[in-house]
Amino acid sequence: MDDLHQLLLGFQVALSWTNVMFMVVGVLLGIVVGVLPGLGGPNGVAILLPLTFGMDPTSAIILLSSIYWGALFGGAITSILFNIPGEAWSVATTFDGYPMAQQGRAGEALTAAFTASFIGALAGVVLITFVAPLVAKFALRFGPAEFFGVFFLTFCSFIGMGKENKAKIVASLAIGFLLAAVGLDTISGDLRLTFGVSELIKGFDFLVVVIGLFGVSEILLTIEEGLHFKGKKAAIDLKVVLRTWASLPRYWATLIRSSVVGMWMGVTPGGAIAASFMGYGLAKRFSRTPENFGRGEMEGVLAPETAAHAAGTSALLPMLALGIPGSATAAVLLGGLMIWGLQPGPLLFVEKKEFVWGLIASMYLGNVAGLLIVLATVPVFAAIMRIPFALVAPIILIVCAIGAYTVESSRFDIWLMLVFGVIGYVFKKLDYPLAPLVLALVLGDRAEDAFRQALLGSGGDLSVFFSNGLVSTLMVVGLLLLFWGPLSAGRRLVMGRITPTQSAPTSPRG
Amino acid sequence: MRRFVTAAVLAAALPVASAQAWEPTKPIEIIVPFPPGGSSDQMARTIQGAIQKNNLVSQPIIIVNKPAAAGGEAMLDIQKSAGDPHKLITTSSGIYMTPLATKLPVSWKNFTPIAMMAQDAFLLWVNASQPYKNAKDFVEAAKKANPPLKTGGNGSKREDHLISVTMEQAAGIKITYIPYQGGGPSSVQLAGGHIDANMNNPAEEIANWRSGAVKPLCVFSDKPLAYNQKITADMSWADVPTCVSQGLDVNYQMLRGMFMPGKVTPEQQAFYVELFRKVTETADWKAYVERNALVPDFRSGQAFVDFLTTDEQKHKDLMGKAGFIGTN
Amino acid sequence: MMADASDTAPEAGLSRRVVEILVALILMGLAAMVLWDSYERGAGWDGGPQNGFFPARVGWILLIAAVAALVSALRREDSVFVTYGQLRMVASVFLPLLLYVTGIEFLGLYVASALFMALFMIMLGDFRWWQTLLAVVAVPLIAFWVFEVQFRLSLPKGPVEAMLGY
Repeated sequence: MDDLHQLLLGFQVALSWTNVMFMVVGVLLGIVVGVLPGLGGPNGVAILLPLTFGMDPTSAIILLSSIYWGALFGGAITSILFNIPGEAWSVATTFDGYPMAQQGRAGEALTAAFTASFIGALAGVVLITFVAPLVAKFALRFGPAEFFGVFFLTFCSFIGMGKENKAKIVASLAIGFLLAAVGLDTISGDLRLTFGVSELIKGFDFLVVVIGLFGVSEILLTIEEGLHFKGKKAAIDLKVVLRTWASLPRYWATLIRSSVVGMWMGVTPGGAIAASFMGYGLAKRFSRTPENFGRGEMEGVLAPETAAHAAGTSALLPMLALGIPGSATAAVLLGGLMIWGLQPGPLLFVEKKEFVWGLIASMYLGNVAGLLIVLATVPVFAAIMRIPFALVAPIILIVCAIGAYTVESSRFDIWLMLVFGVIGYVFKKLDYPLAPLVLALVLGDRAEDAFRQALLGSGGDLSVFFSNGLVSTLMVVGLLLLFWGPLSAGRRLVMGRITPTQSAPTSPRG
Repeated sequence: MRRFVTAAVLAAALPVASAQAWEPTKPIEIIVPFPPGGSSDQMARTIQGAIQKNNLVSQPIIIVNKPAAAGGEAMLDIQKSAGDPHKLITTSSGIYMTPLATKLPVSWKNFTPIAMMAQDAFLLWVNASQPYKNAKDFVEAAKKANPPLKTGGNGSKREDHLISVTMEQAAGIKITYIPYQGGGPSSVQLAGGHIDANMNNPAEEIANWRSGAVKPLCVFSDKPLAYNQKITADMSWADVPTCVSQGLDVNYQMLRGMFMPGKVTPEQQAFYVELFRKVTETADWKAYVERNALVPDFRSGQAFVDFLTTDEQKHKDLMGKAGFIGTN
Repeated sequence: MMADASDTAPEAGLSRRVVEILVALILMGLAAMVLWDSYERGAGWDGGPQNGFFPARVGWILLIAAVAALVSALRREDSVFVTYGQLRMVASVFLPLLLYVTGIEFLGLYVASALFMALFMIMLGDFRWWQTLLAVVAVPLIAFWVFEVQFRLSLPKGPVEAMLGY
């Protein structure tokens, strides 16, 4: 096969000593960038971009894309250890990763997250290697209505599954939507919900809210129970890696499902963030023990990480093949390509073969290097849990403040972080679920924009959401998922398999 | 990588012989009112690269992206930093459009103009599978179309939207404008046939033009672009006629320039004017201008201020006619 | 997670019902502000939803959900939201944090971080003086090296940095 031949040539390019060195350095830097909240993949890549101007384009993109892999891996670390998502796409990883760490299974959770990331990335690279042009064309079929369909599907796969008070789920979702709406409205070009406060015109940044809601509030909750972290007795040897790997084949269905979801979202481009939520939501839907999710179920770590990485990797495909950035980081890389004198687009595969295949080969190698490096660090990170609380907690809080600031270089955001820390603390204690809030915040305005763009195009005709096979399928699958919960609950009831833990009285409003 | 960073810091720290009365004493921050990866961001990073590579200044350059509220937040930040000689902002027409449309209490008149680096042209792009051969065909089709033809572009009440509405008024047609999150998405939507036309800058469409997905009908400038090198098999940027010559009487270009906060000393201003003049002479900058088919047009001092005054008035008129002036 | 804390000891503390009611009232207030802002700028359907259409609908939903939460809070048996002992612990972290964020405004991030580290470690830890000193000096320096020197990010600075020429 011609592609395979090209790929082998690509490996020759990527396996030069300098390029391998760039890969390792890039992954290490990426992990740092991913671990520090606020300093995301796009920033990391953008900051280093000018230094690569003088380099050979292939080496430059290997270095920069390795930072990207590193950031994808690194985002999971703080999510699991401290409930602080280093990156937006690792929010869903906190849901089960952090409880695992509290149970003393931090090593296991980290291993699961890293391995899942690797599997997802591999799926994405295989997709890029073999079906690039075909899949790239598919991305062009996504107009506003189809985008809305994707977001709708994400919401439906995730929402309506909590056992919390229904009114509180709805309130939390509504708050998320409203926070997302603050600031400049894309469609009308007007400011809204800013009440004349100039600090509010930039809206509420997702990461600032999440650092407060998850990170700061978690420290406040922890301290209630004394001056220490739970899960201090984490095993810190490398045997935990092997033990975790041995248990992975059981979750093959979740891994495959999340890979597919991720690849799809990366190409379309729904993005890694949406993919991670959808991966988690679907894993819970299809699980035999959905009630264990949120309490330290390994599947709850595997699903979002696989999906996020598959999406993050696949997002490079539209960039290379069409010149469309599938993610913010891809947008920066795209700028880099042009500065190096390369023109992304369908012709890139023809005109700059050695560059494209060198890059693709480096994706395989970069992810292998990334996996080895992060696995080697598992004991180091698990050991952090043993450092005295009075030393680690202020450092975490300082890192949170820096993270909140760097997102937009705004001092006001540090205050917002503090406010959302208190909100998170109160909400967690009152059983207001935080996940719907976060999901609505990250996808709410994009969904609204897509909805209104579609209606502008159709002249206000709602039938646009069922106007072709693609969008109709998305909407129908979304609706099916929305009612999956009640349906499967009904099925279980009929089959008399209800377990005592599940027989909690349901709210009459449901 | 650390070695690279250190090397760059060392390189930047080498003393540069200069007759300037004022020198920056700490890192220089360039605020980009757009997200990373956008065309303003690329310009800032090219400048950053050109300055560092050629040792034009002894302090490092830091790029800060503040894309919120169509650049409004970045402008508020500059407004608040009056007197800070280590801060710069890249600008586009947004410098007057955002305050006019949103009534944010900022104005470029409170800033210190440094230089206009170049101007960016806008073209009328359509999907290559459409039968239109020139702007006249497009206008004819728009007249007949029911529902109206759709254009798309970056945001609402911004450059693209303004051109679309001005086109409607100039040709007496009805167009539906769909705002997207940027020129990139609007480019993809055009390639996918979800909109009928867009008004993107050359850099935003060159990839799709070369691949044959879209084609330009005309350029909204008073003369064709100067670049003769073939982009596709038979066309260069210079071969795209002006819209005015095709009977579509719309003329619009966008500045790309640099500002400082207000209340800086004339020596500080002079330092940066000289710095950016040197930047426009570097090979990196020239390559960047050509790659993006920018119109080279370096202006500083009174010439720049005159340009800004005229250009702002033009925007006020156009935006007033289009109904974009904010009321809230 | 929290269940075990409230089940074990019927200690005195803040009433959960009071907090529930307070939160529900705040949410209603927020919803009212949103509704006011949205209807002010148009929440109708003008060839497609207007600027305020979605926020207004969501505002109504929030209002209804908050009322429902309020009703269920009134119906539910009261329990302890947080015991006063726990609240004191939480305050021992939250107050330094509040001082820290305030301090960033005036002293810049690095100096404020050093003071915060010191306050936290002395108040809540039992470290030797040299350990505390080491952490207090090292943390801001490392942060400076990582963010300002390596990643070229400018963090908030105050008078001390200005004296040193930054």
